[in-house]
Amino acid sequence: MPVRSEQAHSALVIDDAATQDFRVHRSVLVDPAILERERRAVFDVCWLYAGHESEIPQPGDFRTRSVAGRPILFSRDSQGRARVFLNTCRHRGATVCRESQGNARLYFCFYHGWSYNRDGELVGVPGADAYPAGFDKKAHGLAEPPRTESYRGFVFVNFDASAMPLDEYLAGAKEYIDLVLDQSPSGEMEIIRGTQDYDIKANWKLLVENSFDDYHLLTTHKTWLDYLRKSGVEMKPPEQGHLLPTHGVGKALGNGHAVIDNVNFRGRPVARWIPIYGEQAKPEIERLRAELVARLGEARAARVADTNRNLVIFPNLVINDGSSVTVRTFHPVSADLMRVRAWALGPRDETPAARAVRLDSFLTFYGPGGFATPDDVEALEAVQAGISATWREVPWSVMTRGIAKPGEQLNTDELHLRAFWKQWDRLMNGARPGP
Amino acid sequence: MTPPRPPDADLRSRVENFLYAEAALLDAWQLEDWLALLTEDARYHVPSNDQPDTNPAETLFMIADDIHRLRARVARLQDRSAHAEFPHSRTRRMISNVRIVAQTGVEFDVEANFLVCHFRREGRQRDYVGRYRYRLRRTGESFLIARREAVLDAWELGQLGSVSFIL
Repeated sequence: MPVRSEQAHSALVIDDAATQDFRVHRSVLVDPAILERERRAVFDVCWLYAGHESEIPQPGDFRTRSVAGRPILFSRDSQGRARVFLNTCRHRGATVCRESQGNARLYFCFYHGWSYNRDGELVGVPGADAYPAGFDKKAHGLAEPPRTESYRGFVFVNFDASAMPLDEYLAGAKEYIDLVLDQSPSGEMEIIRGTQDYDIKANWKLLVENSFDDYHLLTTHKTWLDYLRKSGVEMKPPEQGHLLPTHGVGKALGNGHAVIDNVNFRGRPVARWIPIYGEQAKPEIERLRAELVARLGEARAARVADTNRNLVIFPNLVINDGSSVTVRTFHPVSADLMRVRAWALGPRDETPAARAVRLDSFLTFYGPGGFATPDDVEALEAVQAGISATWREVPWSVMTRGIAKPGEQLNTDELHLRAFWKQWDRLMNGARPGP
Repeated sequence: MTPPRPPDADLRSRVENFLYAEAALLDAWQLEDWLALLTEDARYHVPSNDQPDTNPAETLFMIADDIHRLRARVARLQDRSAHAEFPHSRTRRMISNVRIVAQTGVEFDVEANFLVCHFRREGRQRDYVGRYRYRLRRTGESFLIARREAVLDAWELGQLGSVSFIL
């Protein structure tokens, strides 16, 4: 029986420039009927991150994961192309690959023995002679999402055959992906092995907000800031009108993508040394810095090495280039539960010394054992616990920081959060991504 | 009359006593006392669930602390602003199947199974199951911890969410 939404006919996001009002109705974080609408109106029309080329370097390499609720097989075919298949047998539907990663010559459905090659073609049907003459193996290959496209190693799928091209969809986000990749002398980055795969008992959109919300840093991550300070990381008192040690801005990038773009104080593996990296790491960081300058020139090298960026690619991909680079994607399981998958990204051919700094720096902040992420998880779960039974009495969350300011918006303002929510609201009202 | 015990049983018994005492300190949140059990070159690791047998210089772990990071971790956990562990969780550690798997001079490699039950308010319970890999260094009649690795058995961290305490 379909779940009826209690909030089906009134506005879920109020965006009123005249009264400088911006509010989000809390039912959108709680109501199972809204999640069902989201699955169609958001996840089935947007480009969704499936994986990174570097995860499947050789023909036959595969990873299985879930994207927009669908089990997928992310794999490299016999021609060396990255492919995405729906992990379901064309006969009765069982998943044809049940391992999380590996290399396969064939994908074999153990239920009745149908098998598929690396290109998804049906190549084995036990007792094929019992099928009628019209049965065509060629028409029963593994199904693919209607669209699979990639940008600089990041592979996306779209379940809408008529979606705009990925390149166009990414809009202003491409500039920020390019900035991340400029860390690498070859221009290529790779997912480093080791997956952080965890649940948060909260609505998925809360992690979108949290992933690039610098307003929460001072209180949620007080212990992390204390750790930096005690470790000798220089943090100046905030300038007038600021909350954080350095200047940072929030920007909308089109199609619901947005970013915070900050002057760095927290150190960067490429290439700004802080005492936490240790004296022994200093020469390597200096060498990386010199390489950047030689390759990109002073100005671009400074842009790469002295700023950090938290990027949200609508709806559910986060690339945070801060204490290290993390790629994070997340999908709703239910209105109040999400499954998160996060990885570290590093330059291909990085030296062992630089790689060790990158991974160690990652762990100071990010991930289930980091000094920050567990407190983010706690915050999101506290929000969910706070709103799940009170949203009828306290229906609105206010999101107006910076709204009255002309021009530049700070990273601690909420323009970038509003950019996400505006796009979400457009799509939920039937619009498609695009101008 | 009790028959004399073979030397390895005696050693294992002392190792077990040490591990039980350590677990009691952690369950009691006596984290400063726990730090005193570690060597200056101690490491504490929790690998990512999908890469249990690798090293943190080339693989993403969840935790890969040296003694400085561990002291910072303990300082953080004792701060009211370590929100994921405030109010402090209650934990109860069950340690079993203790085996001494190697001995080199004064160092012993020890493996053991664990079940750590972690309780937050409102009925939130998480059960962490896995095995420990220790390197213990003998000091007189007792030991110090030179390496402590907690390897989780679950394929993904999943519903465990975080490893926000000393596992």
